[in-house]
Amino acid sequence: MTGYLVRRLLESALILLGITFVTFVLLYMVPADPARQIAGRSATAATVANIRDQLGLNDPLLVQYGRYLAGLLQGDMGRSYLQRAEVSTLIAARLPASLMLMVTAIVTELVIGLTIGVVAALRRNRAADHSLMIFSFVAISAPQFVIGILLLYVFAVQLGWFPIGGYGTPAHFVLPSITLGLLGAGWYSRMMRSSMIEVLGQDLVRTARAKGLSRLRIVTRHVMPNAILPIIAMIGIDIGLFMSGIVVVESVFGWPGIGQLAWQAIQRVDIPVIMGVTMVSATAIVLGNLLADLVAPLIDPRIKTK
Amino acid sequence: MKTILLSGIAGIALAAAGATGAAAQVDQDAPQGGDMVVTYQDDVATLDPAIGYDWQNWSMIKSLFDGLMGYEPGTTTLRNELAESHEISDDGLTHTFTLKDGITFHNGREITAEDVKYSLERVTDPETRSPGAGFFSMIEGFEDWNAGEGEGLSGIEAVDDKTVEITLSRPDATFGHVMALNFASVVPREAVEEAGEDFGRRPVGSGAFRLAEWTPGQRLVFERFEEYHRDGVPKLDRVTFDIGLEPTVALLRLQNGGADVPGDGIPPAQFLQVVNDAAYEERLVEGGQLQTGYITMNTRMEPFDRVEVRRAVNMAINKDRIVQMINNRAVPANQPLPPTMPGYAEDHDGYAHDPEAAREMLAEAGFEDGFSTELYVMNVDPNPRIAQAIQQDLSEIGIDAEIRSLAQSNVIAAGGAEDQAPMIWSGGMAWIADFPDPSNFYGPILGCAGAVPGGWNWAWYCDEEIDARAAEADAMVGDAAAREAAWRQIYLDIMEDAPWVPVFHEQRFTLHSDRIAGDDSLFVDPVHIPVNYDYIHATEGQ
Repeated sequence: MTGYLVRRLLESALILLGITFVTFVLLYMVPADPARQIAGRSATAATVANIRDQLGLNDPLLVQYGRYLAGLLQGDMGRSYLQRAEVSTLIAARLPASLMLMVTAIVTELVIGLTIGVVAALRRNRAADHSLMIFSFVAISAPQFVIGILLLYVFAVQLGWFPIGGYGTPAHFVLPSITLGLLGAGWYSRMMRSSMIEVLGQDLVRTARAKGLSRLRIVTRHVMPNAILPIIAMIGIDIGLFMSGIVVVESVFGWPGIGQLAWQAIQRVDIPVIMGVTMVSATAIVLGNLLADLVAPLIDPRIKTK
Repeated sequence: MKTILLSGIAGIALAAAGATGAAAQVDQDAPQGGDMVVTYQDDVATLDPAIGYDWQNWSMIKSLFDGLMGYEPGTTTLRNELAESHEISDDGLTHTFTLKDGITFHNGREITAEDVKYSLERVTDPETRSPGAGFFSMIEGFEDWNAGEGEGLSGIEAVDDKTVEITLSRPDATFGHVMALNFASVVPREAVEEAGEDFGRRPVGSGAFRLAEWTPGQRLVFERFEEYHRDGVPKLDRVTFDIGLEPTVALLRLQNGGADVPGDGIPPAQFLQVVNDAAYEERLVEGGQLQTGYITMNTRMEPFDRVEVRRAVNMAINKDRIVQMINNRAVPANQPLPPTMPGYAEDHDGYAHDPEAAREMLAEAGFEDGFSTELYVMNVDPNPRIAQAIQQDLSEIGIDAEIRSLAQSNVIAAGGAEDQAPMIWSGGMAWIADFPDPSNFYGPILGCAGAVPGGWNWAWYCDEEIDARAAEADAMVGDAAAREAAWRQIYLDIMEDAPWVPVFHEQRFTLHSDRIAGDDSLFVDPVHIPVNYDYIHATEGQ
């Protein structure tokens, strides 16, 4: 197990290193010149040249990359071109909001997704099943931007139950969590449904029924624990999904997280910030996958770590 | 020109009040007190006046900092700000400013002439990496200092505590406007040195407001500076900026009473609904802005190197239809300068829309069968739709234009290459003046200086004779009327060469709640966007 862990950690580090390189090269190839972006258009050629020089943008790609990597290994992500603040400070100020939203969104998607999946499986091929599956289909397909605005309009503006965007109180969490969690809820309800149906058809269920257990007891004690196994392993992988969703959801709800930071940095070609946010999200995704692989054998002994 | 980042949402730009040049009826006696909430989608990049250069932080910085010069609220009329007086020598080379008595920074220290010198040297110091350094190139000693040589700007001398003398290397009629730019704001050395690179997060100035709180991604709070050098200003006790609100959401907030001004403007999708809603009639303000949207034709690429072709294209474009397409949020253009800019030629008709004559002109130039070309455009609505309208107009006269719809930075890069983009629709990247002076529409976008790789003169138009006349006009200190006339003729002569099709000038629309009030000009203030934070007052305070 320790050997496996060490190997996986090394692999993860290599993947992250690869991501820094690919991202850096891609940003280097973007035709937009950051110096010009900073300088604005009335800047003289001398001003632009000076800014480029000060930022070291005239150096060859590999020199720039080496410098970035050397800083990164010492925990220095550089300073934002535009805000001039340390990238690590900017990210640290925003990471808690994103992480908290991610946690509440995971809870939301599990609660909604699993409930729907269980009910649909138990009412298989009946009206309830069909309508719930249509709902999950919509949840998977609808753009998060549209869902967010719709929820805001109905529950915040018309009904006044929740604040119109912003951050701070528990009430602020409800709508963004639902918007972000709905996509996953759609997936999970489908997975849970098929997983439940599979377990329901197994011998253990027939045995339990033969023993005279109540239907409720069979479902809660025997079927659900078995059906839920494949889903738990999915949560870690989900983090990648959240990282992309968070950019949209944060911008709709005015959530002060890293998604918002990334969005603004991309539009302003603020390379150090883009790199920083990419690194943080990539690390989260890699760790999430690692965690999923490590947890899977613990909850399902049939899976072995190799 | 301020970078108009993210402004696919049309209509946020440095604006010109309807009453350019005339002092507006500003409610100077309005009571003080109360507060307002302004919403924005993006977090503020920086509040350092040497660095901040987008439409969002521009007017915030104006409220936190003051320079020697400023503008009458709601107008483009220059006035003294920290300066008590401003004298210009006969040769136009020496400007002597005397500071007001007893003016202090937010930290309580009195402002002296040394602070003025320090601030101007800071903004021109190459290590500051200020986007505005080039504005000060007329100050003596700029070349050396900006190249990292010497001990400061030799042209600036603090004569005594209250007097600062600035010597220019050439007479420049725009110097007053330059001293009113944010980049010329006076900053306290000790606060800058203490904060270092973080000065943009912890600004200390001498403006009407001081920064009380900044929670990244969420909120900024400005509070009244009690010691402000103008009595009765600012009107409000507090301005809160709620950050992170998508424009559609911001509008919902406003309807709900949770916000007073949507800083990003009215989203295009909701524009008609808002304009036609009786509830907003009293609170919707429209103003002109110093902006022009245009099509560039690369004068160094075939067949646009032929003036007949460029003129024919000018006659082919149906500008009224394009203005209609954007819900009349603009007025048709016939010259580079916008109508509210000094020097605008009122009686100029420009090229009339006449596809028939355009076709004939093309035929005379040897293109009976037309030709194929490419039209570059930024890929944010409404620009691709506008490009399609242009494409249709061009096909009427036999020109087959393929639309290249790209991200903003890619279009800018294509325009800055000599042989890449034959035609560009400037929407979303269009020209917005930094200060209300006709020279501001020339240099980088129509002058030879801009026709360089990476430049903004996307028509690659360069006429040495006109360049010389432009330099001459800028040296005309004192005779404003003659200078205006000189510039007017320059732009009319440029239109003879037709490197652009000027298409429209955008109008600006601001919406506000009934909790705040003020003269209409304050809500479309040419320098304070979206509203003049210092002079707007609360209705509840009355």
